[in-house]
Amino acid sequence: MGKQPAAVVGIGQTHHRAKRQDVSMAGLCREAIDRALLDANLTLHDIDAIVVGKAPDLFEGVMMPELFLAESLGAAGKPLLRVHTAGSVGGSTAIVAASLVQSGVHKRVLTVAYEKQSESNAMWALSVPLPFNMPVHAGAGGYFAPHVRSYIRRSGAPTHVGAIVAAKDRNNALKNPYAHLHNEGTTVESVLASTMLWDPIRYDETCPSSDGACALVIVDEDTAKASPNPAWIHGTVMRSESTSAAERDQVNPQASRDAAAYLWKQAGITDPFEEIDAAEIYVPFSWFEPMWLESLGFAGEGEGWQLTESGETAMTGRLPVNCSGGVLSSNPIGASGMLRFGEAALQVRGAAGEHQVDGARRALGHAYGGGSQFFAMWVVGSEKPTS
Amino acid sequence: MTRTLSAPVTVAFDYTRSTGPVLGRFLTGLRDGVVVAGRTSDGEVVVPPLEYDPVTHEQTTDFVEVADTGTVTSWTWVPEPVAGQPFDRPFAFALVTLDGATKPLFHAVDVASPDQISTGMRVRVRWAEERVGHINDLLCLEPAADRDEAADGVAGEGRARPRLRDEAATELSRPGESDADGGDGPEPVTGVVTPVSLDYVYAASPEESTFYRGLDEGRILGQRCPSCQKVYVPPRSACPTDGTPTEGEIELSGLGTITTFCIVNVPFLGQKIEPPYVSAYVLLDGADIALLHLILGVPADEVRMGMRVKAVWKPREEWAYSLENIDHFAPTGDPDADYDTYKRHL
Repeated sequence: MGKQPAAVVGIGQTHHRAKRQDVSMAGLCREAIDRALLDANLTLHDIDAIVVGKAPDLFEGVMMPELFLAESLGAAGKPLLRVHTAGSVGGSTAIVAASLVQSGVHKRVLTVAYEKQSESNAMWALSVPLPFNMPVHAGAGGYFAPHVRSYIRRSGAPTHVGAIVAAKDRNNALKNPYAHLHNEGTTVESVLASTMLWDPIRYDETCPSSDGACALVIVDEDTAKASPNPAWIHGTVMRSESTSAAERDQVNPQASRDAAAYLWKQAGITDPFEEIDAAEIYVPFSWFEPMWLESLGFAGEGEGWQLTESGETAMTGRLPVNCSGGVLSSNPIGASGMLRFGEAALQVRGAAGEHQVDGARRALGHAYGGGSQFFAMWVVGSEKPTS
Repeated sequence: MTRTLSAPVTVAFDYTRSTGPVLGRFLTGLRDGVVVAGRTSDGEVVVPPLEYDPVTHEQTTDFVEVADTGTVTSWTWVPEPVAGQPFDRPFAFALVTLDGATKPLFHAVDVASPDQISTGMRVRVRWAEERVGHINDLLCLEPAADRDEAADGVAGEGRARPRLRDEAATELSRPGESDADGGDGPEPVTGVVTPVSLDYVYAASPEESTFYRGLDEGRILGQRCPSCQKVYVPPRSACPTDGTPTEGEIELSGLGTITTFCIVNVPFLGQKIEPPYVSAYVLLDGADIALLHLILGVPADEVRMGMRVKAVWKPREEWAYSLENIDHFAPTGDPDADYDTYKRHL
């Protein structure tokens, strides 16, 4: 027996902010959950199982937070799973939740992912010096900046392409009431004028540090009949690889290419650039837009930056990318991947509000994590998949 | 000589916690010298209050004050307390149902030996003198001679008691962003600081230990994967491609090529090197994987991909089992390496 059809019928997210000191971790999750359930016209009583995700425990200093959160998440008496794949976790958590429905095990699954970055300091948590080693690590920016430089060298991209991405996403975020950053008047010039943090990455080319959560309600075909606009899941994929291996391609990792190829095959897509109407791609540093465009097969090797530079990834382009403002505008790390998945679903449900792409029928949600080590992606569509 | 090297490492951070309105109410109560419980939809009176009702899943809004006296319902003895526990002498952890509550609170009971505590024993709260809105405001419980008459209150009819407020109380509380209590006392507690400190022993693998011992002798030792033939520096107990331990001993010269790099301009907590500095992947001649290290001896904006560099060692008397024995890499002055020689390492 093949996979059972599954659809997203409820999407909720918090207002993402630098500090959400008005809510606890449980309260943050519930803000997203309650919105998702309202959207789905369901209550916690209707839910069969709950899948929770968040990024490394050191970010809040709570080991196994699912233990103390269980009751608040409505999980008492129900299966509760926690998923953990670093920054991609929001995506892989949604995929695990979807698989519980696709397998026929459960009919109505709630999934939630969160991060309360204000309770700690992610830069510190990612750079704890280890004995015997050289203490040159400098957070996620320090990790990815050399690989961005490699991409620029390999592709010959003009050096302002990263700024184009940042200006685009920040302006898209103005259309998203939930986005953390609402920086009016961001331009390519203003991004280029911002402080160089991890050369070649500038301040305005980095994601913010956010508190926030996202929740999805994923249901079976029968339950989805009650929804006016379910987002059907057309394909899901996860792939992993070693962080550091001899001659590993850090710009265009094998796991990313393999994942994309399998995803398009599942969704029956042969030309993703033509067939995907909107993409929510995990871009924590601006240059990762052209990098992932290539890795995902939207552009040929070394040509991703041309799509960005020519405006094709803007809301008015042929492949709008990160209409929500993306990770560059809101980054509650554990939730960031689920936000990509949820925003993709909002697009095909026609429910993205001011940042809606007209007539979006198929959309990509994408997340990556670790040292470009974990990948999670899905394609959602307005029509039920035919196979 | 031990086979592997190990060293202590401490991971410590003062985490902050936003309490939210429910736990904030409980902690505000503790600061003010009262125990606030939450009533659930099925009539249970729970200390501390549950943030969300286990049956209706609604946020708890029904708060009641309960007594600071109660009854031990179960307990365990702690003969050898560890750091961070309420006492540095033996004590009991107990479940105590406070008078007026229906569910027990887990806390310490200050008794000198296990024969001084029993299930059914009456206890009372010992309050901290300086209270700040933290669970430790309730220092512990201690034996109470008898059931005192004030403890007969029914849940929900919380007794009036003097509200003890002190100056320290506001230190950890944050300006209320949600609903204030409308009273004229200090702001409600909305946050606490939770210091966490974990002590680990960091153990290097046998292969890594060989590498670090080599560094202590001024040598850079790599190993080869017997399956894929790639040379790893540091060596690995499992080649990431084949899962095979690397083997042999390949001494590398300390000459190499910068494949890619970033200039770190951003200061951050715990940083060991003052910015700006160049953090670079250095592909040592003869190795198949680049090392991350520091580049000095050249202005940061003159560092290039392909630049030839050499290891600059610290004075011998400063050597240890560490990659830090190599103080940094500096340009050799030779022409840059051809892109084709390192492009597959990007």
